[in-house]
Amino acid sequence: MAYRALAHKSTDDVAIAVADLKAGEELTIHCLEGGKFHKVKLLEDIPLGHKIALRDLPEGHVVIEYGEKVGRMTQPVKKGGYVHVHNIRTLRWDYGKGKGKSKPKGAGDAQESGF
Amino acid sequence: MPRKVASKGLELTGYRRPNGAVGVRNHVLILPVDDLSNAAAEGVARLINGTTALPHPYGRLQFGADLELTFRTLSGHGANANVYGVVVIGIEPKWTERVASAIAKTGKPVETFSIERHGDLNVINAASRVAYRLVQDASELKREPIQVSELVLSIKCGESDPTLGLAGNKAQGRAVDRLVDMGASVIFGETSELTGGEHLIANRCATPALKRRFMRIYNDYIRMIEAQGVDLLGSQPTEGNIRGGLSTIEEKALGNIQKTGTRPVNAVLDYAEPVRPGQGLVFMNSSSAGAEQVTLCAAGGSVLHFFTTGQGNIVGHPIIPVIKVSPNPITCTTMGEHIDVKLPDLLVGEINLDQAADRILEVFARTVNGRLTAAELLRHNEFVITKLYPSA
Repeated sequence: MAYRALAHKSTDDVAIAVADLKAGEELTIHCLEGGKFHKVKLLEDIPLGHKIALRDLPEGHVVIEYGEKVGRMTQPVKKGGYVHVHNIRTLRWDYGKGKGKSKPKGAGDAQESGF
Repeated sequence: MPRKVASKGLELTGYRRPNGAVGVRNHVLILPVDDLSNAAAEGVARLINGTTALPHPYGRLQFGADLELTFRTLSGHGANANVYGVVVIGIEPKWTERVASAIAKTGKPVETFSIERHGDLNVINAASRVAYRLVQDASELKREPIQVSELVLSIKCGESDPTLGLAGNKAQGRAVDRLVDMGASVIFGETSELTGGEHLIANRCATPALKRRFMRIYNDYIRMIEAQGVDLLGSQPTEGNIRGGLSTIEEKALGNIQKTGTRPVNAVLDYAEPVRPGQGLVFMNSSSAGAEQVTLCAAGGSVLHFFTTGQGNIVGHPIIPVIKVSPNPITCTTMGEHIDVKLPDLLVGEINLDQAADRILEVFARTVNGRLTAAELLRHNEFVITKLYPSA
């Protein structure tokens, strides 16, 4: 059976569509590295290469993909919804959720993660 | 299911240079030292079949580290093991000799010409006669059996999308692990595109000193950006990345890093520093722009480049073959003439990562042995020198 979507790790918050997917599709999403699979009903059309929420993700939630932090939700999304630039934002250069032009946090994070 | 291809015991042939370095192509370069000498270099290349000119916009009034990098890039291309011999042309003799003498250390034939007090036409005449002889001599050089452990290779991804992190880069990473285990050196870079995953690379550095050096290069780059009062968010991820489904720079970095495989990082180098065979996985500070990074790798000694792409980057290089790998079915269908290794079947689980790595290594072996890549066939000869700051 050809995959329709795949996740990197079963603990990730998002999976990737590997075909153009339509709202209403019911998917069984396997993980590349094994572990439990996810049953998801799509709430929106999701194009090839784009992300599907594997659980309800509230605003402010730090999203995990590859088992790592990849960004913060700027709007909530339900399980089966579409996660992209309209509702997720980088944790680097994160100017208070995009409002002011305060000091970038990126450099500090980078240094801390090194040493 | 596709045929299983053995990855061990690859039968490879190449060209052994006087200093023992091994190349997979046999170019004669016409190398301009500066922008003013492009016309003469291209004049020679038009006259003499089998020559390759490397025109570029720099080489005048540069200074300090920026000048050193331009010199290192030019002489690195001349010294590259894919090159049989070089004709160096500059506006005046001093810098021309400086570039040529660095190439001459390899023992390969190098001759210099300068334009002042001669003019373009006399230089084209004399340089063409030298190029004529070099190409004829190069044409008689025989390929001989070589080992993977004699090769310096390089990797990058471009116009990335999540199909790379999920499939294409994972397969490339598996191929890189096998090549490193067979003794090859493999260069990776893309300093800015490690943002969000830089800790993963830092933790793979073979020694604490290498880890410190890596984090210094990475942090220097981030500070340089922030000193401009800006960030990378307008260009990382790119519009092409976003169209393909990448949402943040962290997500892009984590996908990017998959192609480096799992082996330790044994060396941390600055732009275009030379790489030797047998060093294993090597980080080189570099731009994440395709042509700049491939050019820096070639200057460092890479003789073949693997380039994974999601949305369809079409970059090539004048002297090193660039093998394009894509798992994206839309890209493989709509612009298939640019892709050497097509892996959409990996994306949907019809083949596994080992079978995909086999396919990459099979095309690698054929390309080493002389098969032309898509980029070579389509004349993608991007040669782009990295500029560090404005000239004087």
